[in-house]
Amino acid sequence: MLESLLGRRFLIERNYLTQLLKINNFRSESIMITKVLKQGLSVAFVLAFLAGCSSTSTTDDSDAAGSGGVSTGTASGGSLGSSDGSSESQQALETIVYFDFDQAVLLPATRSLLLAHAERLRNSSDNVRLEGHADERGSREYNMALGERRANAVRDFLVLQGVNRSSLEVVSYGEERPLQTGSNESAYSKNRRVEIKY
Amino acid sequence: MRFLSVLVLFFLAQLASAQLTIEITKGVDNPTRIAVVPIGWSGSRPLDEDISKIVAANLERSGQFAPVPRSNMLSFPSSEADVFYRDWRVMGTEYLLIGNIEQRDGRYYAVYELFDVLGQRKLISGGRVDGSAEQLRDIAHHISDKVYESITGIRGAFSTQIVYVEAFQNAGRPDNYRLMLADADGARPRILLESEQPLLSPAWSPDGRSVAYVSFETTRPAVFIQNLATGQREQLTDFSGLNGAPAFSPDGQKLALVLSKDGNPEIYSLDLRSRELTRLTNHYAIDTEPSWNADGSGIVFTSNRGGKPQIYQVTLATGRVERLTFDGEYNARGRVSRDGRTLVMVHQRNGVFHIAAQDLKTGDLRILTETNLDESPTIAPNGAMLLYATRFGGKGILAAVSLDAGTRYRLPSKQGDVREPAWSPFFN
Repeated sequence: MLESLLGRRFLIERNYLTQLLKINNFRSESIMITKVLKQGLSVAFVLAFLAGCSSTSTTDDSDAAGSGGVSTGTASGGSLGSSDGSSESQQALETIVYFDFDQAVLLPATRSLLLAHAERLRNSSDNVRLEGHADERGSREYNMALGERRANAVRDFLVLQGVNRSSLEVVSYGEERPLQTGSNESAYSKNRRVEIKY
Repeated sequence: MRFLSVLVLFFLAQLASAQLTIEITKGVDNPTRIAVVPIGWSGSRPLDEDISKIVAANLERSGQFAPVPRSNMLSFPSSEADVFYRDWRVMGTEYLLIGNIEQRDGRYYAVYELFDVLGQRKLISGGRVDGSAEQLRDIAHHISDKVYESITGIRGAFSTQIVYVEAFQNAGRPDNYRLMLADADGARPRILLESEQPLLSPAWSPDGRSVAYVSFETTRPAVFIQNLATGQREQLTDFSGLNGAPAFSPDGQKLALVLSKDGNPEIYSLDLRSRELTRLTNHYAIDTEPSWNADGSGIVFTSNRGGKPQIYQVTLATGRVERLTFDGEYNARGRVSRDGRTLVMVHQRNGVFHIAAQDLKTGDLRILTETNLDESPTIAPNGAMLLYATRFGGKGILAAVSLDAGTRYRLPSKQGDVREPAWSPFFN
């Protein structure tokens, strides 16, 4: 939750940045970027603090395997902060690719976005996690397989475009981590996705 | 910090009311009228559990019984000498359950008798069960099982348990997933495992001693097995890609599961002793959701090899694969009843996801549920009811339906999303 929350927060800010890039000149942009990043990071710290507090005080089972979740969240926040030095226009890339119901075929509309990611990945040593997801309809393990299929489709496309296969990790969450709650097509269409996580 | 402690208090208060409560939505047309007389008890203070109330609720939930309200009873007999058939017959009561419970050295001893009011004869004479103070509910479930079997001829499953997953996904807080264990009626919920990463697909071992499940605690899916008595757990798989959908063979020696380590989701069988892995399917489509058939000779599974998800069966001796479902565009997560006659599944019709049952001999398919977004059917060990997950009031809940669709009830949760039920086997 923490992780996806942060992801969403940054996403919104990235979209905001894209608009800024169109309007402002380079100098004011970079100031804005640092500002926004700072805000984002402070939100991250507050959330991480909240997460730490609530998990220690409400976990009554010492066996509980909760630490994995928190560390994932903080790791993704860290990598976003460290990508500061690279070109800003790359920062603004959308990182979610959407799919049709019960389909793992890349939609033509996602091609240009994936080409941009391929371009970026070819020129960097970043390791990327491709997280596949499904909407809530149908059975859970089938959706788990479907999510993997979707992430594999993105991976295969990137590899065809010259990205090093070993830098891409595929994980499916099936329908377990919806981006948007609600039992309607608007939520479903946002949940059938692959998230490209740098 | 004060804000935080308020949050924590709120959370703890919610925990106290975590129990699932039953709402019966449909029963059979002419349920059998049974009077469950309050059990005789001469202790100085009331028992911690109302045993007769639990028995009556169990029987009512089966859909086949209509318990007589206590306020309508003319007398509360606790021994045969006080039973006057006429008193019960005038109220239209068909069966009468009486009993008595005593405490000796901290242990409770119950005696119960069941009468056929119309036939004026005793069906259960001097039934006995005993247990500790913590087992009063178990005593009630045991009596319910005996009464149910005596009248219907079907073994009662009130003493069984369920495991399920409860998920809390709230903005501003890390996700919280809990693997829960409870009585079949939703009472006495206990946390088996808690994680900030997804938990799913719990499955019982046939001896009822352990559960296997999928946990993302390593940030990737892995199959674990956990002993219920000791809490000891072991990670069984750590392959790249999918590690999911564990299902024990009827003899408990093997675990069917899904792995995509070779690039594609396939069904495997893991020998739990030798840890030898055997691949059972080989197809470029999705193969998942294995479940053993009744005698363990084959495995049913979901595959989209025909373009859409349908249920197939692989015969282990020959490796031959046959398609089982043809009705509808989406049939998935099949489970075969213990008598091998019925396949239950998630079935989509007109865009709505129901639970359906297919007669494996005739091929006839019947939709059992009237809800939407239904998934994860799990059949009671006596084959009378099945539990499934659905959505109600914007939340994930468990619901039950009899295999003849005559009876339905819900087990709504007051807090998180409840899902992924798995009904235990009989424990003895």
